[in-house]
Amino acid sequence: MKTLVLVEHDNTKVHDATLAVVTAASKLGEVHLLVAGHNCGSVAEAAAKIAGVGKVHVADDAAYANGLAENVAPLAAALMGHHDAFLAAATTQGKNVAPRVAAHLDVMQVSEILSVEGPKTFTRPIYAGNAIATVESTDAKLVITVRGTAFEKAATEGGSGTIEAVGGAGDAGVSTFISSEIAKSERPELTSAKIIVSGGRALKDAETFEATITPLADKLGAAIGASRAAVDAGYVPNDYQVGQTGKIVAPEFYFAIGISGAIQHLAGMKDSKVIIAINKDDDAPIFQVADIGLVADLFTAVPELTGAL
Amino acid sequence: MKILVPVKRVIDYNVKPRVKADGTGVDLANVKMSMNPFDEIAVEEAIRLKEKGAATEIVAVSVGPAKAQETLRTALAMGADRAILIETDEEVEPLAVAKILKAIADEEAPGLVILGKQSISDDSNQTGQMLAALMGRPQGTFANTVEVDGDSVIVKREVDGGLQTVKLAMPAIVTTDLRLNEPRYASLPNIMKAKQKPLAVKTAADYGVDLTPRLKTLKVAEPPVRQAGEKVADVAALVEKVKALGIA
Repeated sequence: MKTLVLVEHDNTKVHDATLAVVTAASKLGEVHLLVAGHNCGSVAEAAAKIAGVGKVHVADDAAYANGLAENVAPLAAALMGHHDAFLAAATTQGKNVAPRVAAHLDVMQVSEILSVEGPKTFTRPIYAGNAIATVESTDAKLVITVRGTAFEKAATEGGSGTIEAVGGAGDAGVSTFISSEIAKSERPELTSAKIIVSGGRALKDAETFEATITPLADKLGAAIGASRAAVDAGYVPNDYQVGQTGKIVAPEFYFAIGISGAIQHLAGMKDSKVIIAINKDDDAPIFQVADIGLVADLFTAVPELTGAL
Repeated sequence: MKILVPVKRVIDYNVKPRVKADGTGVDLANVKMSMNPFDEIAVEEAIRLKEKGAATEIVAVSVGPAKAQETLRTALAMGADRAILIETDEEVEPLAVAKILKAIADEEAPGLVILGKQSISDDSNQTGQMLAALMGRPQGTFANTVEVDGDSVIVKREVDGGLQTVKLAMPAIVTTDLRLNEPRYASLPNIMKAKQKPLAVKTAADYGVDLTPRLKTLKVAEPPVRQAGEKVADVAALVEKVKALGIA
């Protein structure tokens, strides 16, 4: 089977999410990559070095500069004439493009797979991770999005893929990129961080959140996350949100501070290796999944913990 | 301009779903059902566009069992003008729903189709994108802000790391993210009035769409259960544990 993996990049480097998709794709067969962008030659070279990669198709055109689905999906669909499976990361970019590719090919997409069980059989979470479905595709071609935290990342060195330029239809002429506001952060990226310190509604306001959570995160070199309640209350920007409707994370250590543990939040973090919870409510559902729990007032416990580390 | 709003009847988001003992699916018998939360946001956005004068009519559509009429009545009570139910007792996949919606869009010629970004039952996050592809129209997924500007729509999208703004030529397809708006509650008089609003019932065959599923569900299982952890007495004990794990 020949697979085509959509490479997610920022014009300088390949995103980590793509490396996990390469691992999933290698379980199905030969791995080819698609780098779509503008002036993205260095990304193509980096992509060719990823372990296990055969061919890198590069579509370099102004129409692909911002990854607009209207332009990228027809390009990918055309390349699917020579491939059996299309895989993308279950990130906002992958989720935006892949279903459009699937519809062009008249196939049902398998969303956010957790494992590859057979050539056409996969597991995936449903009902906010409260159930795991095993599904088999009956379509001739596969379109799949991959949950990044469920697969190891492929090595970024050791591959020797060949780079091949491809052309597409270019600009579909129905959508225009206007601008983007990307939050700048020195911290590790949430979805790839080894340690995450997450805060909930109990943090009271933005200043208290900053004053309580940030020193602990700094001490641990951790990324900062938040529950939906904290985001909706305006304590932190919405891309900090961990949960079914935010980011799905699986770090080695997840600190849940002042987070009750609603099922929508648990769906986003319950695959973390070790969960440490601090909450003053002894009955909070978070304690049912936490490996280490401390029932205490976070406003005294967190500074004390930070000081002692 | 007309707005088409697809809505789905799903298990209420406050209910903890139970996997059936025989592994064939999730038990939906005698479980509270509601409108998918992302679809409520879609209905609300359509109503706000109408209140601003950017839209003239809102048509709510659902594909599902006869009971999905209740979901459509909810949309009508919120402010939709009329509703269409494509009745079926089968579970319908996003691709088939997208094909039905395309056929309805061909008939109704809406300027905008506003859908939820995903249903909280199958968590697919596909229907809006598939509909856009089938119609050959642009998509504004995970919308945080929607602004109609002449014959285009400006959509601010929630993407990993921040926000992205795109301009789409109408007709366009928009899918809603959580922060787009706060849906209103239907008032009692509006719930009464909604009973008089038109609701057409059709079938997939009326649109020539084949509902045969492409994905076979072999098994549905409980997720692996985490081992129950332990509670520590005080911060000193927590620090000791944290250090023992090699975190700091």
